[in-house]
Amino acid sequence: MNLLADVILIIGALFVFLGALGLLRMPDVYNRIQAGTKAVTLGSLCLLLGVGLNQPAWWPKLLIVGLFILLTNPIGSSTLARAFHKTGVPVWREKRSET
Amino acid sequence: MTIGFADGIVLGLLALASLFALIRLWMGPTSADRIVAADTLSVIATGGIIVLALIFDSVLYLDVALLYGVLAFVGIVALARAIEGDRA
Repeated sequence: MNLLADVILIIGALFVFLGALGLLRMPDVYNRIQAGTKAVTLGSLCLLLGVGLNQPAWWPKLLIVGLFILLTNPIGSSTLARAFHKTGVPVWREKRSET
Repeated sequence: MTIGFADGIVLGLLALASLFALIRLWMGPTSADRIVAADTLSVIATGGIIVLALIFDSVLYLDVALLYGVLAFVGIVALARAIEGDRA
């Protein structure tokens, strides 16, 4: 059980790391907001699951924190994306060399 | 308080992730990039506080993580409303 918790913790940290790497590498605000929201949300939930497997007495508080992250993080990101779209932040398009 | 091998890997990956978000926060071309980087950084910090609760073996850090998440969410929604304008 301890080994499984450690593996899930490392997977969660890896998802958080890849989300932040996508935040650094993506070319546009909208691409950055989707990389920085979905991967980091999944990574945080994996971190919560790993902590809960390591300390089984903490499940109720971990469940509350997990439900809160799952509820507010997409709401905040979609509110931000709607605000960017309404104020006219342009959408990135790939530059074709032949046209 | 013991930092094992897996805890070291997890803390290193979280430190690299927050470093990347800080780089985007520092050199973002527009203010929209900086707001997105601040949003991501708050969620990374929430995950880091949860891992700290495991390392320090104290359940009190979960309350800290929940409160940090609430305040970050309110701040992000306020920023979105501020850049959207006074209507809506």
